[in-house]
Amino acid sequence: MIEHHLPALLVVVPLVAAVVTALIRHGIAAYVTTLVASWTLPVMALMLLGQVLEAGEVSYALGGWAPPVGIEYRVDGANAPLLVLVATMAALVATYAPRSVASEINIGRRGWFYTMFLLCVAGLLGIAITADAFNAFVFLEISSLATYVLIALGRDRRALLAAYQYLILGTIGATLYVVGVGLIFVMTGSLNMGDVAARLTGIENTRPIFAALAFITVGISLKLALFPLHVWLPNAYAFAPSMATAFLASTATKVAVYLLLRFLFSLFGTDFVFVQHPITPILLALSLAAMFAASFVAVFQDDIKRMLAYSSVAQIGYITLGVALATQTGLTGAMVHVLNHALIKGALFLAVGCIVYRTGVFRIDQLAGIGRTMPVTMAAFVIAGLGLIGVPGTVGFVSKWYLVAAALEEGWWWLALAIVASSLIAVVYVGRIVEIAWFREPSSRVRAGKRLPIEMIAVTWVMAGATIYFGLDAEFTAGLAGRAADTLLAGLAGPG
Amino acid sequence: MSQVAELLPLYNYWITIFLMISGLYIVVARGNMVKKLVGLSLFQTSVYLLYLSPGKILGGTPPIIAEGFEVYSAPLPHVLILTAIVVGVATLALGLALIVRINEAFGTIEEDELFDRDDDDA
Repeated sequence: MIEHHLPALLVVVPLVAAVVTALIRHGIAAYVTTLVASWTLPVMALMLLGQVLEAGEVSYALGGWAPPVGIEYRVDGANAPLLVLVATMAALVATYAPRSVASEINIGRRGWFYTMFLLCVAGLLGIAITADAFNAFVFLEISSLATYVLIALGRDRRALLAAYQYLILGTIGATLYVVGVGLIFVMTGSLNMGDVAARLTGIENTRPIFAALAFITVGISLKLALFPLHVWLPNAYAFAPSMATAFLASTATKVAVYLLLRFLFSLFGTDFVFVQHPITPILLALSLAAMFAASFVAVFQDDIKRMLAYSSVAQIGYITLGVALATQTGLTGAMVHVLNHALIKGALFLAVGCIVYRTGVFRIDQLAGIGRTMPVTMAAFVIAGLGLIGVPGTVGFVSKWYLVAAALEEGWWWLALAIVASSLIAVVYVGRIVEIAWFREPSSRVRAGKRLPIEMIAVTWVMAGATIYFGLDAEFTAGLAGRAADTLLAGLAGPG
Repeated sequence: MSQVAELLPLYNYWITIFLMISGLYIVVARGNMVKKLVGLSLFQTSVYLLYLSPGKILGGTPPIIAEGFEVYSAPLPHVLILTAIVVGVATLALGLALIVRINEAFGTIEEDELFDRDDDDA
């Protein structure tokens, strides 16, 4: 009986846990609630994935109201892997959190911090699972509002400015999205994604639908930090508390990517978006600009978190590059990079969290010799960094393999060349950290410091290990990504 | 003239577009953080109109089932916008709270002054 209600529980559990932590407010009790709630999520998400692999798709009518009238939660090949990713990241980051959060956030605010974390998790899972376009907006705002608070809780006062800037841009993005949904609603009279997809056939080439496509694409692109709509991201990631950065960098933009894919492929249809309208060249140009410009900017950053944030913008470029190609291989590359980049960036930001916990240092030039004083953490950092570059044997190689293959399928050898060339810029900024960390004499700042808690180092290594494991045995992740690509390209059936 | 006649009945959309663009303009053009939020609020509010006005049917009654009344306004947009209003209020409240904190931390809420103080570490 309970497994029938899994889709709803996946969202309800963190939502209720958030209320509980808000009522408790006491730091440690709130943390225990968060930890327990977070660990139920990957269990439920994996059970759902099992159901999807068995049955094809799971549809859940919320409150017993049959779709399209009621809100439908639908899990299929495209969003099941994403649910597993978000749920697993939430559990791992929650395990990592207690002492990192205790060192960065005032005691009176810790309970609230966990409340916001759980709200953010609930929002992200909600966006990924819902099959209702307006419901997705509500979850988008739940996760965004929680994210603004998470960022504002950073220690540096500039965190407040970063949160404010993200609030303005994030709200504009969400509002543009809701304008698009409104236009679709006016034209079709439905909000259920499957129902809308069916009703759109025949009226695609009307002005409101074309406007809706533009509004939704731009709105979600703001959320997923597509170049040049990424300006909020570097500061937000740089000044948020370490644990929040690790979680957001590996999940928030990925969920936005999924939402965009859902609209472009499932709702509007591949033919309408990519054949009749010039989305491919636009996305391709912006992706390439992201891959080169953002990587290049990352090289010149002097704050390690901001450097990784710019690298995130570049990596999102690889994902949208796969999307722009709109082929099976391209989409597989995009989806597999969604998963792989989440692992890589999660590991990197968690490693940075360890460094900050022990030394309190953000600036790259002050990290001299950190590889000698914190060899275990930095080894994890370097492994994940190799993944970022795309060295064979790491997950980054798997992603780039698919993307290069997709580019060659189209006969665009210059694109394949660009993918490889932009990876070389990653060699520069990762190599810079390696040089400073291992080949310089440790400064007094990195020598001193507290002992690193075992759970922080363990979670960091679990993530770094995963980047190797799924790099060597890519069958599981690439299989899921391939399935997601098939699901997206097949379009969406009406409400079941 | 015929174009005007064609566009005039759609005046509700023109009002929506006007509010939307002016809201967005205020967000971009103003340096004062409170004014920016006012613009953002205006921008969000314009979307409420976009949803609500097509829901109204001329001569329609409120959506309550009663004998003799066949034509009624669409209820769904109202419910959706009720949710969107809550979201808008929450965003505005959070934005204002952030501005209060920024004013405490930096002593100003003017963006150009903030950028000058941005670089020195807190």
